[in-house]
Amino acid sequence: MKFLNPKRWYYTLGREKLFELLILAVFLLFFYVPLLHLFMLAFANKYQVPAVIPQEFGLKWWKYVFEQKSLVSSISLSFIIAFITTLLSMIICLPAAFVLARFNFRGRKLIMLSFLIGNAFPRIGLYTSIGIVYYKFNLMGTFIGVLLIHMLGSMMLMIWLSVSAFRSVPREQEDAARDAGAGPIRTFFNITLPIAWPGIAVAAMFTFIASLGENQGTLLVGLPKYRTMPVEMYGVILDYPATAGAVFALILIIPNLILLLLMRKYVGPETLARGYKMN
Amino acid sequence: MGEKIKLEIRNMTKLYKNNDGVRNINLKVKEGELITLLGPSGCGKTTILRTIGGFLKCDSGSILIDRKPIEHLPPEKRPTSIVFQNYNLWPHMTVYENMAFGLKLRKIPKAERHRQIMEMLDLVKMTGMEKKYPNQMSGGQQQRIAIARSLLLKPEVLLLDEPFSALDAKIRSQMREELRKFQIDLNITVVFVTHDQEEAMALSDRIVVMNKGTFEQIGTPADVYNNPVNKYVAGFIGDMNFIELADKTIAVRPENVLIHRGTRGGIKGKIRATMVLGHYSEVTVDTKHGIIKAFVSCENSNIFHPGESVSLSFTKFHEYDKKDLAS
Repeated sequence: MKFLNPKRWYYTLGREKLFELLILAVFLLFFYVPLLHLFMLAFANKYQVPAVIPQEFGLKWWKYVFEQKSLVSSISLSFIIAFITTLLSMIICLPAAFVLARFNFRGRKLIMLSFLIGNAFPRIGLYTSIGIVYYKFNLMGTFIGVLLIHMLGSMMLMIWLSVSAFRSVPREQEDAARDAGAGPIRTFFNITLPIAWPGIAVAAMFTFIASLGENQGTLLVGLPKYRTMPVEMYGVILDYPATAGAVFALILIIPNLILLLLMRKYVGPETLARGYKMN
Repeated sequence: MGEKIKLEIRNMTKLYKNNDGVRNINLKVKEGELITLLGPSGCGKTTILRTIGGFLKCDSGSILIDRKPIEHLPPEKRPTSIVFQNYNLWPHMTVYENMAFGLKLRKIPKAERHRQIMEMLDLVKMTGMEKKYPNQMSGGQQQRIAIARSLLLKPEVLLLDEPFSALDAKIRSQMREELRKFQIDLNITVVFVTHDQEEAMALSDRIVVMNKGTFEQIGTPADVYNNPVNKYVAGFIGDMNFIELADKTIAVRPENVLIHRGTRGGIKGKIRATMVLGHYSEVTVDTKHGIIKAFVSCENSNIFHPGESVSLSFTKFHEYDKKDLAS
């Protein structure tokens, strides 16, 4: 029992360290216990409320979810939309980011800040006004309408992170390519883009994840035709047992986890902090 | 080194928004010559190099290589190649890919490309490094590859922008020697930019001493050292004592100062300190004109003690008019 004696802990770690450890433990409890609970529920065949641990484990609800046609189609739709959103967002934002990174013109900072506007207000207000425009242009309930909503949400990170990625490419490496005989376009594709790529990939990843999670806008604009996973989630929460919801939630989380694991080398506080720097 | 003029700059002016830059630059560089632009930071030496390379547009004047004007061409169309101080290699490519990039653009067939790259790696003593990435190599190795990459493109004029200043002292002097050897062996015309006067002295056929965007003196290292045309050049290159008189300044190199134990010399003073610096010693003497530094051989340094009264005479000195100094 020596190991569990708090007095020994106190004197081994010192007061500050012990408090830090306690705070960390509490934080982990808050952060991970719900996730663990979710994980557990997803693999429970039978679970009745007062119990802590499910009465029976199994893959019953996974089978159930994959048997619901509407849920399965929402999964594939979500991924298709996320993929197209990321691609389009890159096509639109990368050239803009390159210009913002390389040229110092008047109003540059203002333009950078303007990308924040979409994230600075409660989204629902923004969507309502977008809805008016959408009715005018017949975009309501269309695929393009949904894509536009998704791209809007990803704009800020895509631009800001890419600007910082392009800025981190030393100008001299571009100069060296020009010097070796490459024109500006070849230089961009052979030198600048590959060197900036890790930063851009992080931006693309966040765009993908954000698009997978987007719900309010899609709900307002896409229904009834376009029901993505998070939109279906509303129905799942209301109509299905908690165990089915847990399965569905995990399906939403898994791709994000995989992406984050793949990119863990590049995703860090520094990458994000650099993205938020204006200069 | 031939007599043919390889690179000529005529009346070139390039000013920045804050009015810094270079004005009315005229320079002729002979084929196979290594010329150094030497000056403190901000004197415009890199500006000149970058206008030759095509990375800056000159406001007026022209740049000619083999008598053909090139000032209107973008960098990729110019027969020059530049090596920067840092971050010159592309980090996402191996050494081999770095070196092949320019050759591919020149449509050189694969087998020939391979042969040339291997030959060049051999020349810079980097054989076996072709599969490494730049970040796996030391600074000296990276810079060697960067120079090799430039040499592969057979530029008419090679431009070097403080290429060795990020390296430590020992590797720096070794690289200097090697560069000089390639340059003479391959008979390449080189414009070298540095703020390190020792480096300039060691490498150059001719040195251009710069100050605030203009040329102060152009000459061989010996010329610039022995006959500095004004006080600025005298002070910038080598050690120099300045004695301010009413109407003129006298400049004396420490090796030209003789210390006498009696009063034979013209200037009286007291020994302040002696410092052994290897094969010679530095003796500082307090005089009414300020502290004067002298270099004496080590055997002689023992005979002077701090506080001792001595007198000084000069074997060689330069005089500069005070009126000149204002400029």
